[in-house]
Amino acid sequence: MSELRFDAVSVRYGHHLAVDDVSLTVPSGQVVGLVGESGSGKSTLAATAVGLVPATAGRVLVDGAENHLRKVQMVFQDPYSSLDPRMSIGGSIAEAMPRGTDRRAEVARLLELVNLDPGRATALPSRLSGGQRQRVALARALAGRPEVVIADEITSALDVSVQGAVLNLVRDLQRQLGLSMLFISHNLAVVRYVSDRIAVMKSGRIVEEGPAERVLAAPEHPYTRELLAAAPRRHTRLEAS
Amino acid sequence: MGRRGVLRAAAGPAPVATPRDRTGVVRTVLRSPVGATSAVLLCLLVALAVFAPLLWGDRAAAIDTDALQQGPSPAHLLGTDQLGRDIFFRVLVATRLTIGLALLATVIGVAAGLVLGSAPSVLPRWAGRVVTSAVNIAVAFPGLLLALFFAVIFGTGTIGAVLAIAFAITPSFARLTQTLTASVAGRDFIAAARVCGVGRFRLLTRHVLPNIAEPLVINSTLAAGSALTAFAGLSFLGIGVQAPSYDWGRLLGEGLNRIYLSPAPALGPAVAVVVAGLAFNLFGEAAASAAGRRPQPVRRTPPAPESIVDDSGGGLLTVRNLRVTFPGGISPVRGVSFTVHEGEMIGVVGESGSGKSLTALAVSRLVEHPGEVTADRLEFDGRPLAATPDRELGTKLAMVFQDPMTSFNPTRRIGRQLAEVSEVHQGMSRRDALAKAVDRLRAVRIPEPERRAGQYPHEFSGGMRQRAMIAMGLMGEPRLVIADEPTTALDVTVQREVLRLLARIRAERTAGVLLISHDITVVAQTCDRVLVMYAGRIVEELPTAELFTAARHPYTTALLAAVPDLDTDRDAPLAVIPGRPPEPGEIGPGCPFAPRCPLAGDRCRTEEPELTAMADGHRVACWRSESELTLAATGGPR
Ligand SMILES: Nc1ncnc2c1ncn2[C@@H]1O[C@H](COP(=O)(O)OP(=O)(O)OP(=O)(O)O)[C@@H](O)[C@H]1O
Ligand code: SF4
Ligand SMILES: [Mg+2]
Repeated sequence: MSELRFDAVSVRYGHHLAVDDVSLTVPSGQVVGLVGESGSGKSTLAATAVGLVPATAGRVLVDGAENHLRKVQMVFQDPYSSLDPRMSIGGSIAEAMPRGTDRRAEVARLLELVNLDPGRATALPSRLSGGQRQRVALARALAGRPEVVIADEITSALDVSVQGAVLNLVRDLQRQLGLSMLFISHNLAVVRYVSDRIAVMKSGRIVEEGPAERVLAAPEHPYTRELLAAAPRRHTRLEAS
Repeated sequence: MGRRGVLRAAAGPAPVATPRDRTGVVRTVLRSPVGATSAVLLCLLVALAVFAPLLWGDRAAAIDTDALQQGPSPAHLLGTDQLGRDIFFRVLVATRLTIGLALLATVIGVAAGLVLGSAPSVLPRWAGRVVTSAVNIAVAFPGLLLALFFAVIFGTGTIGAVLAIAFAITPSFARLTQTLTASVAGRDFIAAARVCGVGRFRLLTRHVLPNIAEPLVINSTLAAGSALTAFAGLSFLGIGVQAPSYDWGRLLGEGLNRIYLSPAPALGPAVAVVVAGLAFNLFGEAAASAAGRRPQPVRRTPPAPESIVDDSGGGLLTVRNLRVTFPGGISPVRGVSFTVHEGEMIGVVGESGSGKSLTALAVSRLVEHPGEVTADRLEFDGRPLAATPDRELGTKLAMVFQDPMTSFNPTRRIGRQLAEVSEVHQGMSRRDALAKAVDRLRAVRIPEPERRAGQYPHEFSGGMRQRAMIAMGLMGEPRLVIADEPTTALDVTVQREVLRLLARIRAERTAGVLLISHDITVVAQTCDRVLVMYAGRIVEELPTAELFTAARHPYTTALLAAVPDLDTDRDAPLAVIPGRPPEPGEIGPGCPFAPRCPLAGDRCRTEEPELTAMADGHRVACWRSESELTLAATGGPR
């Protein structure tokens, strides 16, 4: 597998600097969790990696190369809007495959991989539950044989009861296929569960990055400490300040 | 919700029907009287167009010098023309040419419109802009004027008229295609396809066009109706079909010359034009209204037993045996009872579809037709909710919605939308209201509130939009705040701020708060009591302080186990609840959780348990005894 590297990436919307000189590396075969406040530019950064948003400055490299069409795939937040309602799920998955693949066999294999019945390839997304749709989205991302997968808030539109199943699947697949992965979430507990390393983003900048245990056990940046203190824990209560 | 922030620029959400609707549309059209009648008429017209020239072509062409310019008679129902040909048969035979030319013009016009309308999404950006502005200019001209203009350019004759009408249709179709395309282009599946390497052209043909086909087809039907009448107009004026060919417009023109002698020869083609034009238009209208409606599921469920509840009452909000029912006997909320006291914060948790939002809507009187709300008691601030005037409800009860993108008008600035609340409900001046709006945006920790107030919803990130929504709820002086998933897409720090904000509102104003969330940890942090909902009912109610120690219902304990927290074992798989919750139509007799419940027994499958008191302030709806549940929750397999 490969390494994804953001090299001094900036993105500007008009006067607003959404991503400010970010350098971040997702090492080969590892999961980097990206947390940060809303509007901090997490999604924008992800969008530069897959070419949906052009970087105003800087480069995104996969194994040192800038041309990486299809090598980076993304799973979106909302499985209800990320699948074409008029296209069968098999069709959506097949579309992402490189030319010359045996599409039918590959679709069946991928559906099997994400624990869905291959017989449902012809079903439309409206027949599937949110969790099942997110599995299809995952299968589609894998169909392009990516070297890097970006998961942008993939569980936040899902119910907790389904969230667990999707997270288990993501972890299994990542280990089984040795994927490199950028896992974006606002939920620190979720990020902690899947990530090897954790990066913390605030106002368009990465303020802290390091091995997950270290960042969680000994946060260096005050904002990381604030995040940790704010994370819901079972036995803490929040009082009106 | 952040997904919408970055990738979804200007396009507002337009109603794009789901595929499930498609067969439904046809069926709904045929079921409505107007739709059925127009469909029959259209079939008749097509049959005439196909068969009339074969059956009566000779009779329509037969010249009879003995019967020139006759009035109606049994032999010639509509009389004869100046060559003695039978006008009735000529009208029938002319169906083919009239309809054929109208459809031809429509097809050319729609096709040209589609090409122009979708060109901007495949052309380079500057070329796209040129096309867009050209279309915008052309749309400003009235269609008939354009048709006459083109008729002059192309010269008189059939081909000229077809092109004239086609190009008169084109601009409005180009515009329609552009609008629809933009509404689809902002959706994530387009972005997903782009990431997969799907090219622009394929994106258009495989993803965009299929998703906008339905409104396009409906509008084409309407356009065909107008094309038909417009064509008749051109032929009537003598710049359409030329002799010896004839269509209804031409027949009408010939008949009109002697309308004072005999009205029938003119009336025949006139009626044909009107009926055919109407048939197309009505069919289009019926299809459009059917597409805008959601098909209703039809399944009956046996009425479930009602909750028996202690009748202490006397709260800020008192709800007893609340039900929300939709046609077909579907009840997504089935007998919910609870009380919110002043200054109290109540959490409602449960999976999606469990009826949380609908309960909130019912309490805010926002359930829309055809949904029906019934309750034994539904009182707000000491008065039956039904008797509270709208204006009062507007300020006393604040509702923060789940999806802030659809709650804001995409075309208006955030600040103005907030200010409007105070202008309408409190009669504030524009300036004061705007100042208050900025103040409330600051209160929900929107940075640079003055500048942000001047921005449009799409310029906010998802989290900011959600906070702005809460700020909107605070524009009045609420006694009760109902917040439906206000923190779902927020990161922890902002989430904490929002929750604190809600906690502060309840402390400072002794307002009640009903916080709906699917995240049990959010509720656990802030609320006094938790209501756990499953399949339209409350299955457990208990004080939050006891949530992690005393929760007993198998569904509640499963939910608690499924949420990862900062202490979760990273090396073990997360606990999951097998299966999925039942749809409202699937709820049969018995406990709705039974198919997923590790403790389910025979009785669970036949009889639904009531919500009964287990301890003080702790109610559970389960057939298992307290000791069995305690064992399962504390010592049993997790
Ligand atoms: N099309 C746009 N025009 C102007 N500003 C934008 C646009 N899209 C995003 N922004 C701004 O960019 C910043 C970062 O947005 P982004 O959605 O990437 O944040 P995020 O961290 O993903 O937020 P969330 O957690 O809410 O999803 C925000 O300040 C937002 O207002
Ligand atoms: S009633 Fe039966 S099925 Fe329902 S929760 Fe209790 S044990 Fe489970
Ligand atoms: Mg985001």
